[in-house]
Amino acid sequence: MRRFTLIAIPYLWLLALFLVPFLIVLKISLSDIALARPPYMPQLDPAAGWEGLKSFFSELDFENFAFLTTDDLYWKAYLSSLKIALVSTFLTLLVGYPVAYAMARAPEEWRPTLLMLVILPFWTSFLIRVYSWMGILSNEGVLNQLLMWLGIIDTPLQIMNTTTAVYIGVVYTYLPFMILPIYSALEKLDGSLLEAAEDLGCSRLEAFWLVTWPLSRNGIIAGCFLVFIPTIGEFVIPSLLGGSDTLMIGKVLWEEFFSNRDWPVASAVAVVLLLILIIPIVLFQRNEQKQREAEG
Amino acid sequence: MAQTAFAPWTDPDQKPIIEFRNVTKSFGDFTAIHDLSLNIFEREFFALLGPSGCGKTTMMRMLAGFETATSGHIFLSGKDIGHVPPNQRPVNMMFQSYALFPHLSIWDNIAFGLKRESKDKAFIGDRVEEMLRLTRLTKFAKRKPHQISGGQRQRVALARSLAKAPKLLLLDEPLGALDKKLREQTQFELMDIQEKTGTTFVIVTHDQEEAMTVASRIAVMDEGNLVQVATPAEIYEAPNSVYVADFIGDVNIIEGRATQPGLKTGIAWAEGQPPILATPAKSVEAGQSVHFAIRPEKVTIDVEKPDRPNTFRGKVIDIAYLGNISTYHVELAGGQMIKAQMVNARRLANRPITWEDEVWVGFTDTAGVVLEE
Repeated sequence: MRRFTLIAIPYLWLLALFLVPFLIVLKISLSDIALARPPYMPQLDPAAGWEGLKSFFSELDFENFAFLTTDDLYWKAYLSSLKIALVSTFLTLLVGYPVAYAMARAPEEWRPTLLMLVILPFWTSFLIRVYSWMGILSNEGVLNQLLMWLGIIDTPLQIMNTTTAVYIGVVYTYLPFMILPIYSALEKLDGSLLEAAEDLGCSRLEAFWLVTWPLSRNGIIAGCFLVFIPTIGEFVIPSLLGGSDTLMIGKVLWEEFFSNRDWPVASAVAVVLLLILIIPIVLFQRNEQKQREAEG
Repeated sequence: MAQTAFAPWTDPDQKPIIEFRNVTKSFGDFTAIHDLSLNIFEREFFALLGPSGCGKTTMMRMLAGFETATSGHIFLSGKDIGHVPPNQRPVNMMFQSYALFPHLSIWDNIAFGLKRESKDKAFIGDRVEEMLRLTRLTKFAKRKPHQISGGQRQRVALARSLAKAPKLLLLDEPLGALDKKLREQTQFELMDIQEKTGTTFVIVTHDQEEAMTVASRIAVMDEGNLVQVATPAEIYEAPNSVYVADFIGDVNIIEGRATQPGLKTGIAWAEGQPPILATPAKSVEAGQSVHFAIRPEKVTIDVEKPDRPNTFRGKVIDIAYLGNISTYHVELAGGQMIKAQMVNARRLANRPITWEDEVWVGFTDTAGVVLEE
């Protein structure tokens, strides 16, 4: 009985803070827009009893989901988000792997400090850090002024309000999520494995591709998912750095909720986004599970 | 037909396969190897023996190419290999941790080195199968390293390092991770495989029993120096120093002074006691301070005074009963302790000597070794 109570606490937590809100959003996505407060119909009237419940369910339909297929905006936004998430995941890997590798190869007494430096940005607000990128990337920003002062360019580069700025923002923000799992995989790597590979005839580079890379694969996969999953739904970075140029589903969602005040359509967008994300999340879980089994 | 003894080191015409010539290795201001010269011959099973930190692992890593000598030269088949990187040496190493690739199957682990030489597939396949048979691992070819036992992993590591048919195989504490029974069994397997393949083996170990069992010759090391290089029997019966005598096996060491010069001497070791009669290997000076080393199994213990060149009266302080043998700790006059080992040929109840008994210890005049210093 005590064991049951112990397990029940996290399940109740998940139920109250994840499943119930999701069911509310799902319900809204099946409702119709209305000029009311809250701005959708129908509402469940508990006083009407069984009849009220029946009419409540009969008024729910998939109209909003059907609507999402009629307007190009939505599937384009989903695709564009997918593309941006994929490209930025790849870029983050490109930057993150060498950093993680260097950290894992650093002298042991240096590693906690380096690890600290990777985590340090989390101590300031994410929003402030994105705003400071605006200060760096804008036409009058630090970067353009520096390049012009050095005489490399004559006119400021237009980086702000382009997809490039979004890539920079995403890579910067999510880099620790890529570095940490790769670092933890590389740090565990037994140095004698590389010596054994060399002893058996590998060059340093071959030893890297045949031993280091495959043995850090789980870290790479974990890092990629940790960057990819939140980037798809990312809203702050594209709206602050990407301007009107960048189409991402997170922004569409925000606009449906707050500009159009069309909660049912916005909820439908959110439900579809969740369905899309379930695939990589399940894959990620399976990777973690497999890794645990291999280690156990 | 009696076999001729394998002893290339006694033949001046034999060229060594490995030659260390005045090799010194320093790490910063710590000198791991001091101006060391050593020859190892083809088909030898050579053991580097010493406590941790004596430089034996550094020697091995220099042979593998992971360390370069600070000064001096290392020759392999007459060629200076000082600056040949590890991946271009005809030398393979079996690592203490085995260093098996966890993401590859047993088959792929063994094939790893062969594939680097871009030999054709059929050759690699045959060679891997041969190695699997040699190490009795055929059944496990498809498994991953974490799916087999420690003893099997040890054999995979051996098979992998032998697959490329190296001129020289280095074994770094190869049996350290196995339990005692498996270790003893594996020692004989190693010797068997060494004989079958005809490869020169250099083994690093801190376990003197292991070195004695497998090696054709043993180099006893201490703080970066070779103390003695000889066959196991010589090392045991004729150690050249107190360090070697003490490191290998159990020994009684008695300090004293030579009473006569030459090759027959007495050793005065305690007031009012007759000197120990001994035969030094090298002529000694009268009055010279010496150590007399004698193995416990060469000391007998009797109730009646025996007819032996050396006999001393003592009292049994302690008896260590080990089943097949018993070790008696006997206190001689003047407080000198001496260990005597007796085979328990009779059953316990029939043996007359027990604690506190007055006894006679005895040994011949050639049983012990006289060591200077």
